[in-house]
Amino acid sequence: MSLGGRNRLSILDKPLSKGKGEVSLSCFALLFSEVVQYCQNKSTTLPDLQNRLHELGRRVGVKLIDLYFVRERNGKRETKLLNILLYVKSTFWKALFGKEADKLEHSNDDENTYYLMEKEPVVNRFISIPRDKSSLNCAVFIAGIIEAVLVGTGFPAKVTAHWHKGTTYMIKFEESVVGRDSQTDER
Amino acid sequence: MSRSTRFDTKKVNSELVTLTYGTLVAQMVKDLENPDDVSKQLDRIGYNMGIRLIEDYLSKTGSGRCLDLKDTADKIQTAFRMYLGVQPNVVNWSPAGDEFSFSLDSNPLTELVELPDDLKQLKYCNIICGAIRGALEMVQLDVQSWVVQDQLKGDPNTEIRVKFIRRLEDAMPAGED
Repeated sequence: MSLGGRNRLSILDKPLSKGKGEVSLSCFALLFSEVVQYCQNKSTTLPDLQNRLHELGRRVGVKLIDLYFVRERNGKRETKLLNILLYVKSTFWKALFGKEADKLEHSNDDENTYYLMEKEPVVNRFISIPRDKSSLNCAVFIAGIIEAVLVGTGFPAKVTAHWHKGTTYMIKFEESVVGRDSQTDER
Repeated sequence: MSRSTRFDTKKVNSELVTLTYGTLVAQMVKDLENPDDVSKQLDRIGYNMGIRLIEDYLSKTGSGRCLDLKDTADKIQTAFRMYLGVQPNVVNWSPAGDEFSFSLDSNPLTELVELPDDLKQLKYCNIICGAIRGALEMVQLDVQSWVVQDQLKGDPNTEIRVKFIRRLEDAMPAGED
């Protein structure tokens, strides 16, 4: 591997930034719009578009796991289901979006399913959905981020975004996750 | 019309932008394979953002016409602060006064970013060049913009060059001038 003739500090040698940097919302909104357009140009169907956004979100999420656990929690991870959900709702959401998510609910019918609600996700602020694509919710990008965080911390789940009371992220854990959680409770 | 110079304060976490942009670039590298094509696309994306961002800039700052290119440079400098939260220096004016550079010592787009060796020719920051070009085109200024130095390639600063080409007289709405 060549070093290009220069001795550079690798990114891992530098101290971790505090993460307080800010960029204008307009800038992000336009960037996200380009992301959506890029995905749209690559896809032929609506589910295809959603999958692409979801996948991009997942790649963002994976990178945030260590970043935020190190910065906000001194590197200590969560082991309990409820704690990881609260971590996502509060600490994680606050670090990434500047505020907590609005609401976290447990499904009445299915113990593996949780709902995280947000009235107005930042990605949807300036997006108007065309009538023929009314089911499209671009917050599926954020659903991807959540999914990556949960999967990456040992709570495998599928996360999807739906139009319900603003946007609702449906988090469906694999059965094993809830099983394991109740086992560790008994001890 | 008098306006205060306090700009709009709606902000997002810069890491959200950094990572979203990074993921987009990574996806393009995968889709396009040739890094030069990716650089071109990034410039295009910047252009698309620039032509819309100028509107936002004009409405928020209420700024009027630029008298000369120096004026333009100052205003773009303000725009950097508004949109990326960094303040570049305007440097390296050409003797003829038609070319100058923005020198950035930090850049939210390249935080947490490392270029692998096989992508050394990728112009990661081309989106900024595109944005400058797009925004200026909407105010009848035809410019070229390119990356001269890049921190991702070990340079001490990121330097973005802007070269004035001509004024786009034809695009003037009827009745003006």
